Amino acid sequence: MRPFTKHTGLAAPLDLANVDTDMIIPKQFLKSIKRTGFGKNLFDELRYEDEGQPDQECDGRPIRQDFVLNQDRYKGASVLLARQNFGCGSSREHAPWALDDYGFRAIIAPSFADIFYNNCFKNGLLPIVLQAEEVDQLFAEVALREGAEIIVDLENQTVTSPSGAAFEFNVDNFRKHCLLNGLDDIGLTLQQDAAIRRYEEKRMNDAPWLFLSRGQ
Amino acid sequence: MSAKTLYDKLWDSHLVQQRDDGSALIYIDLQLLHEVTSPQAFEGLRLAGRKPWRVSSSLATPDHNVPTTKKERISGVDGIEDPVSKIQVTTLDDNCNEFGITEFNMKDIRQGIVHVVGPEQGATLPGMTVVCGDSHTSTHGAFGALAHGIGTSEVEHVLATQCLVQKKSRNMLVRVDGELSPWVSAKDVVLAIIGAIGTAGGTGYAIEFGGTGIQSLSMEGRMTVCNMAIEAGARVGLIAVDDTTIEYVKGRPYAPKGEHWDMAVEAWKDLVSDKDAQFDEVVVIKSEDIKPQVTWGTSPEMVIAIDEPIPRAEDQKDPVKKEGYARAWKYMGLEGKTMLSDVVLDRVFIGSCTNSRIEDLRIAAQVVKGRKVASTLKQAIVVPGSGLVKAQAEKEGLHEIFEAAGLEWREPGCSMCLAMNADKLGAGEHCASTSNRNFEGRQGFGGRTHLVSPAMAAAAAIAGHFVDVNEFVKH
Repeated sequence: MRPFTKHTGLAAPLDLANVDTDMIIPKQFLKSIKRTGFGKNLFDELRYEDEGQPDQECDGRPIRQDFVLNQDRYKGASVLLARQNFGCGSSREHAPWALDDYGFRAIIAPSFADIFYNNCFKNGLLPIVLQAEEVDQLFAEVALREGAEIIVDLENQTVTSPSGAAFEFNVDNFRKHCLLNGLDDIGLTLQQDAAIRRYEEKRMNDAPWLFLSRGQ
Repeated sequence: MSAKTLYDKLWDSHLVQQRDDGSALIYIDLQLLHEVTSPQAFEGLRLAGRKPWRVSSSLATPDHNVPTTKKERISGVDGIEDPVSKIQVTTLDDNCNEFGITEFNMKDIRQGIVHVVGPEQGATLPGMTVVCGDSHTSTHGAFGALAHGIGTSEVEHVLATQCLVQKKSRNMLVRVDGELSPWVSAKDVVLAIIGAIGTAGGTGYAIEFGGTGIQSLSMEGRMTVCNMAIEAGARVGLIAVDDTTIEYVKGRPYAPKGEHWDMAVEAWKDLVSDKDAQFDEVVVIKSEDIKPQVTWGTSPEMVIAIDEPIPRAEDQKDPVKKEGYARAWKYMGLEGKTMLSDVVLDRVFIGSCTNSRIEDLRIAAQVVKGRKVASTLKQAIVVPGSGLVKAQAEKEGLHEIFEAAGLEWREPGCSMCLAMNADKLGAGEHCASTSNRNFEGRQGFGGRTHLVSPAMAAAAAIAGHFVDVNEFVKH
């Protein structure tokens, strides 16, 4: 996994609460068996006028001019400002894959849905929870000046606004460690194989019916 | 020893390793797999040269993409007309063959929606941890099992290590007190709960559903309630084990037998919250206040009882809510309408992991029996949750009742719930749907979804618009 340490980038404000995973990446694109290539269909229904199809070229499609990512001033944005309960709905990891593939590195919101929040960390994408007033301030500052950049510092757990205001955020130590070092979760867990085997042995004794082989 | 909630007990019995920062390694007993969220996980295993830790803990079936018409289904996977869907289903077959995982493929009568198939086979058992790359995995909590929806990286993690890295959630109790009114179902109960606590109300919590209103439900009903815990923001929904649970599990193909059965039943009796267990949050709802529910907007919390007027954006005080309501009104095309009975329906969908079990089909059949679908309707489809549900329904003659009334009887799968196959809404079409999400575009680009119970969907199919099923059946 790509490490995340400190990132400075253009921020795009998505002023909508309860953005669900169907909005982030509509179902027709979930048919891919790959992890990449979802960026061009990120927010497909909000971004384009027509109904997108998998494997379709997106360059000539009619776009919704009023959607934030279609505005010139937000081209190349890598920090997404969002509202409460971002990422609610399905468990599809295609949602963080699409955000990552588009070029986002961090998402800042007052709250996230649990599964989405968790999925972000597995993909080098940092979800940041700030107080609602702090998010309001970021929205206001970003609207004020074109090209406004936000600094996200994972090591120090701070977000710095375009005007220089610094906000602290919380993140689990383990997740932070993995993200800072780009560590693969599975490799780390497999280092605990002795503990897993010990658990299994005890459990097989207490609840043997859980370990019967199934057969076809 | 201090008193524990059911969630605490399940957590403790699966704890492999606690870490200092609050996260933990949790052992997983059952992983259900389907074609949409597993291909990248298997690919990851192959790239890293890893093997599944314990193949007997996995069970797979294709459901999201599979077509539901007889014509496409007759030749199994080869009959799938959409080439992209076909690749995904074929990939699941190939991966299960390669790694030695039990799969009910498209030609197997046991194929169906993962959340219908697991319980039906007795693969889902009380006291287990269950995961699946699908947020509606909370369904299995109806058995007093700890069931999480997970992402694809976690699917791979569980395949490789048999464990999941988790942080313990807080405990919430939602108690439904008293007897439910006639024709008020589990679906109405859970929609009313979501209406009360909101779609983020359960975020960070494991919700245990309790009280007499929950205890009186069948296992099918309990699964409907837990299924939609995620729609209230909770990854986990739970219901305590009782005789209803044990009766349901008994004799199912993968359920323990003989000595193992006796041992298991003894252990399962402890799968209830202790009497003086502490919950971080308690919500109480009175059964008598719950009427048949219908969603009017684009989030499951935008829900009202059938006899209530549609709430208006201008009456909302919170600015974020006001904007959300205005957007939903526009998307749903509600201008000029006061009641949901004013909405003319285009399609009706009875199915999904929320409501496609035999009990759901029996109730819907009871409502449409001897009646005809409204002529204004473009389509009404009934999609059973599994091949075995379909066979049971046909044995009871339910398919004939549906077909005589003008509803189409389909093959099992997720179907119009998320429109990954050919079953979908056209732009602007209104649908009475027994599924779980009314998000923008969920059932098709520009489609307008109204979530309801099977009885309400059936009554709406006949009337052509929403009606109170309780009044409807009297005529």
